[in-house]
Amino acid sequence: MSGISRRDVIKAQAVAAAAAAAGLPVPAAAQNLITHAHLTDLKWSKAACRFCGTGCSIMVATKAGRVVATHGDAEAEVNRGLNCVKGYFLSKIMYGKDRLTTPLLRKKNGKFDKDGDFEPVSWDEAFDIMAEKWKATLKAKGPKAVGMFGSGQWTVWEGYAASKLMKAGFRSNNIDPNARHCMASAVVGFIRAFGIDEPMGCYDDFENADAFVLWGSNMAEMHPILWTRIADRRLSHPHVKVAVLSTFEHRSFDLADIPGVFVPQTDLIIANYIANHIIQSGAVNEEFVSNHVNFRKGAQDIGYGLRPENPLEAAAANAGSGDSEPMSLEEFAEFVKPYTLDFAAEKSGVSKERLQQIAELYADPDTKVMSLWTMGVNQHTRGVWMNNLIYNIHLLTGKIAQPGNSPFSLTGQPSACGTAREVGTFAHRLPADLVVSNPEHRATAEKIWKLPAGTVPEWIGAHAVLQNRKLKDGEINCYWVQVNNNMQAAPNMMEEGLPGYRNPENFIVVSDAYPTVTAEAADLVLPTAMWVEKEGAYGNAERRTQFWHQLVDAPEGAMSDLWQLVEFSKRFTTDEVWPPELLADNPDYKGKTLYEVLFENGNVNAFPNSERAEDYENRESDEFGFYIQKGLFEEYAQFGRGHGHDLADFDTYHQVRGLRWPVVDGKETRWRYNGKYDPYVKEGAAFDFYGKPDGKAVAFALPFEPPAEIPDEEYPFWLSTGRVLEHWHSGSMTQRVPELYKAVPDALCYMHPDDAEALGLRRGAEVRIKSRRGEILTRVETRGRNKPPKGLIFVPWFDARQLINKVTLDATDPLSKQTDFKKCAVRVEAV
Amino acid sequence: MKRFAIGLACAALLVAAAAAAAQEHIATMRPATPLAENGTPAPMPKPVNSDIRQVRNYPEQPPLIPHTIEGYQIDKNSNKCLSCHSRTAIEVSQAPMVSITHFMNRDNQFLASVTPRRYFCNQCHVPQTDARPLVENDFVDVDEVLEYVKSKEGAK
Repeated sequence: MSGISRRDVIKAQAVAAAAAAAGLPVPAAAQNLITHAHLTDLKWSKAACRFCGTGCSIMVATKAGRVVATHGDAEAEVNRGLNCVKGYFLSKIMYGKDRLTTPLLRKKNGKFDKDGDFEPVSWDEAFDIMAEKWKATLKAKGPKAVGMFGSGQWTVWEGYAASKLMKAGFRSNNIDPNARHCMASAVVGFIRAFGIDEPMGCYDDFENADAFVLWGSNMAEMHPILWTRIADRRLSHPHVKVAVLSTFEHRSFDLADIPGVFVPQTDLIIANYIANHIIQSGAVNEEFVSNHVNFRKGAQDIGYGLRPENPLEAAAANAGSGDSEPMSLEEFAEFVKPYTLDFAAEKSGVSKERLQQIAELYADPDTKVMSLWTMGVNQHTRGVWMNNLIYNIHLLTGKIAQPGNSPFSLTGQPSACGTAREVGTFAHRLPADLVVSNPEHRATAEKIWKLPAGTVPEWIGAHAVLQNRKLKDGEINCYWVQVNNNMQAAPNMMEEGLPGYRNPENFIVVSDAYPTVTAEAADLVLPTAMWVEKEGAYGNAERRTQFWHQLVDAPEGAMSDLWQLVEFSKRFTTDEVWPPELLADNPDYKGKTLYEVLFENGNVNAFPNSERAEDYENRESDEFGFYIQKGLFEEYAQFGRGHGHDLADFDTYHQVRGLRWPVVDGKETRWRYNGKYDPYVKEGAAFDFYGKPDGKAVAFALPFEPPAEIPDEEYPFWLSTGRVLEHWHSGSMTQRVPELYKAVPDALCYMHPDDAEALGLRRGAEVRIKSRRGEILTRVETRGRNKPPKGLIFVPWFDARQLINKVTLDATDPLSKQTDFKKCAVRVEAV
Repeated sequence: MKRFAIGLACAALLVAAAAAAAQEHIATMRPATPLAENGTPAPMPKPVNSDIRQVRNYPEQPPLIPHTIEGYQIDKNSNKCLSCHSRTAIEVSQAPMVSITHFMNRDNQFLASVTPRRYFCNQCHVPQTDARPLVENDFVDVDEVLEYVKSKEGAK
């Protein structure tokens, strides 16, 4: 290896690429056994999986600058050597033939033109036009006219650098992650009930629970490795029960002892019935409730997060209200009393026997229950309420924050927790649960960032769906999208997303490794380094922070999001983007570049490159001249240390298989709020929900309210969208792995055979799926892995050729602003 | 060596072609259909049912399933895959036996039977269809990389 230079490696990549391009055979079998150790030795390094929120640890083998193999990390607690099929093919995700290696700008006659075609340009030209557009917009309309859309797939320091550049540099809170589509309802649920975000329990609950209840989650496909832990527990221990609730039958039903297919939106009724059952059957844990729980009645009739002029919004009495007032347990009991077994069975369509079996799992004091949910609960116009209703059940029974007793909100993205939530890349958040609307929190951020008081604006920025509306309305004019494919992912593409990106007033920049649908809708595309082409950190759903080193070089021309963000900051001076008053009061900051005030601030550049690991490259630190990832991380960690969000020191994470925060005195915390495990619990207390001023968690009285759109004569089917095991999100990585593509190449319309027959459709027939907003063409599947009940269809959204979000409705939870991708009304027509 | 030389020439041509043309459509996964329009969906692909095993990209890769599994029952009551692939079934079936790793629990101890954590085969092993990928993948087999290393170092 020592004879191979970096240049050779790049050349090797080019040669290999060319060989593949020419269709030349790659030798399928070695002619002889190779025995030279220097040849057969592979360099194995750890990394976090690039895909879901489970956060499996991966071992990655490199040779001559190429990733040549990956497998599940046997030393990692999360997955103990296992991967799902996507994880096993991580080796190939970076090698799609169409990797972007040069910026592309829409041009006509040698100049930028919104209606031009994409032409290759240099990084300098790309940043020149970007800076020109940003400066002109900031000057003409101020910080509210620029925006950024990031991701729960940003590494921790990329999200942190982006948030800092937007909130402190451009002084705009118009930054939001695609995690808004994914778990915003979970966040608001946590904050309302516990005052602190993220689960109290951890994955160790899987080996301790006696029962698992899936609320609208298909873990068998979406969190396969966590599903292996449930399967292990269930099949090894016959007393264990698995209940699966969903609006259609899917693979998780294969392990279900108690299956339940419910009418969309009636999960609200089922959850209230279970609370009622617990109270009526005398199963309330009175000691726990009296010591640790407050009850509150939430505002009702809160709307659907649609545009204000929408009749549904206008008609709502308390649109967007998260208000609540105190109530007693007795009043709470009265509130849930109408949610009887008969009522729940009639409305939900689940049999009385099964509903009662599920309620008894919770009510039985000797059964430790883990509730699990993701998109079925979160992508819901009453998603925050559903989160609260599940916590109600666990709080009434005291089944919380103990091994095996665990309401567990799963996440969809690899760093939805680590980056989007903990770093706070949302329009209203700052790191460690701080918020922009609180003056003390802004002051904390300004102090850590060494910036003048008043730098961070107090206004809450535009969330994901609102950003698309503001693009369409011409209110946000400069927009930068990183690490996500939001044209394919966001709801109501035809009425909001596409018109917004193509609005002639707007300049849209998309950073991606591959030319996605979103890139095609942009004006400037920036080629981006991905995954182990850069040093990174992700935080998974059980609060585990995991690091990896740069293991291979990115293709020549592609640069990481971190480099793009920090390099772009050099193009602006404070005088160009900050108001004169701020600079007049703080003359030391005059004439400085944003790079100087944000990243050469004595924190971010505190660690020299000599502190880097010797045997790994680090492109960004080479470029900037200091160990930038360490500087960003250590500055960021100041927000949470001593405040219940303690992270370990940077170097530790490169050694271990992740640690679950808070990490206090070098020890991780497995069950928060529990005196036996959590150092933040006050001395002597069994439980302490210290996120709330009085240490008590909150149960909320919240009713059933109907969804935003219900099937009718014209649009008679419910549409639910979702994922499949073999593809990650929009498929931009997994669709480029031939084995995964060939396993599931196309999206399909999963429907009940009787519905298909009634429409005269056979399996494989071409159909048009049409809503009030748009339509797509696809084919009918009546025998697939998903088995919808009559009246409901399921269409996955990974397929760039069948953009199901042309059809979906941009109704959101009014509190969390998260879209309901699981319910809208459509018609299915033969083509 | 000759292969690399041809490859390089082809690569040069491709680069030249890419640089010359401005592109209206760049989303490779959506050939030629503008974003606002809908193309005819591809016909449903046929499942591969050849029983011919494929080379693994690396030894750790779970083998692909070279036959159709339509209608296979894999649930808490029964696992159809094991009726051919279990340790005791293969003499009759002549199918490959489940890997010995599948007998190990979370603590790497071998169990008397296949571990329940590996029970749902299709979380890792997937069948293939005859669909033609929209984009090639330039992953390079480790043997090819070793050839390159050897050629650089002059090793035998």
